[in-house]
Amino acid sequence: MGALIGPNGSGKTTAFNVITGYQAADAGGLAFRGRAVRRPDPCRLQRLGLARTFQQPRVFPGLSALENVVLGRNQPWHALLRDRVPGPDRRRAEELLDEFGLAAHAHMPAGRLSYGQRKLLEFAGVLMAEPVLVLLDEPTAGVNPIMVKTMEDHIRRRHAQGVTFLIVAHEMQFVMSLCDPVIVLDHGRRIACGAPGEVQKDPRVLDAYLGD
Amino acid sequence: MHLFVQATIVGILFGGVYALIASGQAIIFGVTRTVNFAQAIFTILCAYLSYTLFTDFGIDPFLSILVLVPAMFAFGIGIYVLLLRRLSRSGAELGLLVLYGLGIGIQGVLDFVYKTNTQVITPSYANNSWTVAGYQIPEVRFFAFLLAVAVLGTLQLIRQRTKLGRALRATTQNPVASRLLGVDVERISAIGMGLGVAAAGAAGGVFGMILPFNGNTQYDLLSKLLSIAVLGGLLSMPGTIVAAVILGVVESVVAATISPDWSAFSFLVVLFAVLIIRPQGLFGRRLRGAL
Amino acid sequence: MTRPGPHSRIRPAGTIQAVAFVAVVAVLPLVTGQHWLVSLLVFTVMYAGLASAWNLLGGYAGYPALGHGAFFGVGAYAMAIGTSHLGVGGGYRPFVLIVPIAVGTALVVLPIARLLLRTRAAAFAVLSITLMFMVQTLAYNIRSLTGGSSGLIVPLAPFPAATFERPFYYAMAALLALTLAVCWVVRTSKLGLALNAVRDDEDRARGLGVQTELVKLVAFAVSAGLTAAFGAVWAYYISFLYPGFAIDPLLALGAILMAFLGGRRTLWGPVVGAALIGPAQQYFAYRFGASQLYLVAYAALFLLVIYLLPEGIVPSLARRLRRLRRASPAAATHDQVATDSIFSAGDLG
Repeated sequence: MGALIGPNGSGKTTAFNVITGYQAADAGGLAFRGRAVRRPDPCRLQRLGLARTFQQPRVFPGLSALENVVLGRNQPWHALLRDRVPGPDRRRAEELLDEFGLAAHAHMPAGRLSYGQRKLLEFAGVLMAEPVLVLLDEPTAGVNPIMVKTMEDHIRRRHAQGVTFLIVAHEMQFVMSLCDPVIVLDHGRRIACGAPGEVQKDPRVLDAYLGD
Repeated sequence: MHLFVQATIVGILFGGVYALIASGQAIIFGVTRTVNFAQAIFTILCAYLSYTLFTDFGIDPFLSILVLVPAMFAFGIGIYVLLLRRLSRSGAELGLLVLYGLGIGIQGVLDFVYKTNTQVITPSYANNSWTVAGYQIPEVRFFAFLLAVAVLGTLQLIRQRTKLGRALRATTQNPVASRLLGVDVERISAIGMGLGVAAAGAAGGVFGMILPFNGNTQYDLLSKLLSIAVLGGLLSMPGTIVAAVILGVVESVVAATISPDWSAFSFLVVLFAVLIIRPQGLFGRRLRGAL
Repeated sequence: MTRPGPHSRIRPAGTIQAVAFVAVVAVLPLVTGQHWLVSLLVFTVMYAGLASAWNLLGGYAGYPALGHGAFFGVGAYAMAIGTSHLGVGGGYRPFVLIVPIAVGTALVVLPIARLLLRTRAAAFAVLSITLMFMVQTLAYNIRSLTGGSSGLIVPLAPFPAATFERPFYYAMAALLALTLAVCWVVRTSKLGLALNAVRDDEDRARGLGVQTELVKLVAFAVSAGLTAAFGAVWAYYISFLYPGFAIDPLLALGAILMAFLGGRRTLWGPVVGAALIGPAQQYFAYRFGASQLYLVAYAALFLLVIYLLPEGIVPSLARRLRRLRRASPAAATHDQVATDSIFSAGDLG
């Protein structure tokens, strides 16, 4: 359960974008599950088990919450003409929605959900494909404190089931209580990496946050 | 070879006119994020108005520009205020259809008023040309080119040197930030639209002198404008101008060396060919979003 | 959007709707003997089909295709050329050509679609129109094949004059039924879900592993093939082709108008739209001489629809019906939402 932190503009979201293929890298390489990935592409990485969420939750406003989650399950091309929401997928999606407290809104168009609900929905959606590594971009930003606790619980639960997380976050309490290692970026460079306790005391980190 | 160079010269001169009309379209895209599918019919509208002013009142088309440009400027503002402004909430994609529909409506009116025979504006100097170094330079096209340069130059001055121009460029780049900085985005967008339509108006008269036209010509011109827009990148002014001149030359050379029937087609082939390599056109950036 | 309640794909209400529809459509031309009326029906059914076929790409996937006139024209010319070589036989032979024309067009379109689908929104609209102009130019210029601007004659069908229109009506109706069936299969399948996701947020869909390239391509090709099929029947019906007429920019505009009016996200929306606009269109054409003011009336109608009914009739009516149902106590016990209304065949999907 890693965290990626750093002052504003240090390149956290950019790092996510480069890793998942939304932006092209200038230099360097990427390896996932032991294999080099030469040209990261969101679609291919997703099939390999890498998933991510966005700072502004991206859901499909015209589709129902249930469909949003079901979409996460990949289909081979020859299954395209089968049921829109097949039984087994539906049940699993309903479980996920229930777990995240969204069951009552299963058939509501996602566009009508609140900000916090959309964040949860986005999270539920990526979990549908049972990813191995999940990149969470500010899962608790702009969300009320109760929701922060809810998010934390969900992340812990999934982590216990074996999912690896890399979280970009600003709330220090959230990061320090949940994550290890903590990686600190500043101006696009990694300046520290280690257990929360060490990082908190590292002078370079303090300098990056408090300096200028 | 001589033919080739001759055709290139003529192509560059007319390319200037295309550049003028297409630049108007680019400005409109900048402020409304909508491709103006009615830009061609606006040009034809002014061609017809120019024609009427010439045949009924004896006003030279180059002079009637002084009247038509302000009129089209007001017209453009009117279109923005009445039609496009209320769409910004439901999505600029609808604007495309609205302008397309408007264009068809205007064509209907023109067909009704002027009937569908092709017209051409023929002042006394219509067929004059100079001979320079063995090549013919048609007078009308030459002055049309100068006109295009003058108007484009003025537009560029406005955009670069005036407060209005700065506001225009800011709104094009980032309407939200502009609004926060105190720019009246609605007003600027309306003015931008007015400028864009006025550009079409300026070109209308000269267009009518060079090419025979009727209501249906708008489709031919539209396809060329669209090719220029996509090729040059919808937001790039230099891109638009370069694309316009290139396509003017291609069209002219193909007409002279192969056949006029295929000249418009060659526009489209070039467009397709470029897009195979670069989906964003020569100078543009990738666009997002669906209808 | 999926319906709550029973989970089977084929709903009894839907089957009733379909059967009722087929019955009505089958009987309509027999009701009247007036030629102009039956001809009106032929065109209306055709527009319903064209609007529905367009909707696969334009509504479900959200790609603004403005150049469908190209496919219609290709189908028309293909039919003309085909019948000039094969003759019309007893009159039904040309109808057989529809299948290879539709399939052929869909296949030929694939590489072109691949190219076009690399762009989106405005650029895509522009390219689709550009494609249409290219096809039109080809039709004008390759005179040996298409007769150019002199036009091309399709051999006249040897049907009895009294019921001349009927075979064409049933051909169009059959195609409409096919198109609606295709739309239904798409909507209720993963393909439809994927297309809707593309419409809402294509990049995110890709990021979630949805095969966006494949589904867009399928929607495009099927849409084009069906449009060509209608063009083929049309060519046989009117017997004379002219490039500006067969490859018409107004065709896509009409389809868009009908889909918008009826509801782009629904199954029956385009049909409802066509049922309302089709006759209006024909009326304008006869009254105003198929030009000039016809364009003005058309444009006015188009703008009105876009401004007043951006979502379309069907969804608005569906919502109203739902509100009425919720007011009744019976509705409170039901999980389902307006299942039995003809308009509820998937309001947001």
